[in-house]
Amino acid sequence: MQVNLKVRRYDPETPETEPSYRNYSVEMPENATVLDTLIEVREYHDGTLSLRCSCRSAICGSCAMRINGKARLACKTQVGSLVKDGGEIVVEPAGNLPVIKDLVVDMAPFWSKVRAVDPWLKTDGPPPEREYVVPNESMAALGEVMNCIMCGACVSDCTVLEVDQSFLGPAALAKAFRFVGDPRDDAQNGRLRAYSQPSGMWDCTRCNYCVEVCPKDVKPMEQIMKLRSEAVHAGIKNNNGSRHTLSFVDLVDTNGRLDEFRLPVFTEGKFNLIGQLSYLPSAPRMLRAGKMPPIFPHKIPGVKHVKRIFKYFEQNRTKAGEGSLH
Amino acid sequence: MRYAFWPGCVSKGAAPELYQSMVRVAPELGIELEELYDGNCTGAGVISEHSMETADALNARNFAMAQRMELPLINICSTCQGVQSLAQDRMRKRPELAAQVNASLADEGLFYDAEKGLEVKNFLWVLVEDLGLDKLKSMVKKPLTGLKVGPFYGCYILRPENILGMDEHNERDHYLEYVIEALGCTLITYEGQDKCCGFPILTINKKNSLTMAANHLSSAQEEGADCLVTPCPLCHLNLDAQQPDAAKYASVNGLEVPILHLPQLIGLALGMDPKELRVDRHVVSTRKVLANL
Repeated sequence: MQVNLKVRRYDPETPETEPSYRNYSVEMPENATVLDTLIEVREYHDGTLSLRCSCRSAICGSCAMRINGKARLACKTQVGSLVKDGGEIVVEPAGNLPVIKDLVVDMAPFWSKVRAVDPWLKTDGPPPEREYVVPNESMAALGEVMNCIMCGACVSDCTVLEVDQSFLGPAALAKAFRFVGDPRDDAQNGRLRAYSQPSGMWDCTRCNYCVEVCPKDVKPMEQIMKLRSEAVHAGIKNNNGSRHTLSFVDLVDTNGRLDEFRLPVFTEGKFNLIGQLSYLPSAPRMLRAGKMPPIFPHKIPGVKHVKRIFKYFEQNRTKAGEGSLH
Repeated sequence: MRYAFWPGCVSKGAAPELYQSMVRVAPELGIELEELYDGNCTGAGVISEHSMETADALNARNFAMAQRMELPLINICSTCQGVQSLAQDRMRKRPELAAQVNASLADEGLFYDAEKGLEVKNFLWVLVEDLGLDKLKSMVKKPLTGLKVGPFYGCYILRPENILGMDEHNERDHYLEYVIEALGCTLITYEGQDKCCGFPILTINKKNSLTMAANHLSSAQEEGADCLVTPCPLCHLNLDAQQPDAAKYASVNGLEVPILHLPQLIGLALGMDPKELRVDRHVVSTRKVLANL
């Protein structure tokens, strides 16, 4: 089949450094991958095209790039599968990372964030004589995150990194959970405190992009949610994120539905007047538009049943150690 | 077309204009709503941060009520849709979870049959899949010709695709565009229409949250949108109620993009009175919209 590629090019060494798109039309078998096609272009059509690749079998994580607007591994994406998106296949470098040349991005910020979560086991006391023995089931929660190949697809399409480069990001935070959830690690509390700092786990906006684009089904956002759950249950409450979750739970437990009047107030902390005052400017305009949430929230008729559900799982958590990973 | 109706907390709280427009527009479309007055919050993906099992049980309680009524469930909130679809998926895949959830519901005499499942559809999906675009077009009394409208979906109705039934309905990520065009409006597409409005982190990282909203609103305004339409009241809160604060992070001067709820745009095309649809109940004035009708 004829494959029409539109590739974003950038060469820092030419005087004209504005990125631009170049089109290539090559003949490829239908089951060829985007990577096969890019290599075909580089070898036989345009030797100046730069890209990074190695294993060609979705293991090494080198060839993450944006293909038709979405981060994917070029070696795992068949050109035939993209035909429904329209005739042209648009290939761009991964997002949220500096471009070195063409499709090659600088992974240094990626690695520095992974290193920032201390991605190694921290154990108390001397190591065992032989290996650490852990039951299979205690590692089950880590199955997804251990599949991570550090390709950066999640980082490329993260909507928080788009507005704030200081965010630790989905790959590093998923890696963080890999150690928080490891029964051999003894530094959970310190880790959870560190990851609860600004730019950490609570800055994720839960947009699901990382879950959608991850080529290995790591579900980074879901690992961040598990970190949050662990932090809340470890009693790390001195931040807006944790207070938001706990207040939300309390308010739904009380009313059966959300109380939008109290949620932001409680999120700032019940005694944090300065934080609470920051919501004042928006109150008059909400009031004017008839959008002020009721001061005395409406309780649903069956609120006692909702309360019982909360209680049921709270008790079961204590009994069966649910939610606790150790 | 009869549905068990879950309006969501926000349409009963900070976005009453959504609830009021929905209950007026639905009968005009032949949609009968049986409201779950005793339904509870879906958890909005927040309760699951505390306890996934509790969040799933809360959702199962709503599902069980709809199953007892033998009706599919309709919602008017992208966030509810995402949370409900995820909860269904978990309970379907893990019978032991469904059993535990049902044990927590037993005292109320409720039971959610996770294996049988329940059709849970956002109003947007109902419009395209159950009512049909041709039928919708035929109902339009006042084509909104000349009104330039951009879509804003909300994350949870778009991702993860496999949980949201997009293997079967693979155009669900284009339905808003289809509806906008069916109503006679000019479709405006822009960078950011599929992205996050920033609402979930409004009280956690306000600057990031407002910058997200500002980026999308700026690009919509640059593309010439008279307004945006959204099926998500949480997106509406950030894009509309927070727009005056977001303006300082905007890349355009004089940011002013009215945001309509989906039933409001439908109602306008059905020739209903804008006041009855509560189109005047927004923080960002909808004068621009009304002037173009």
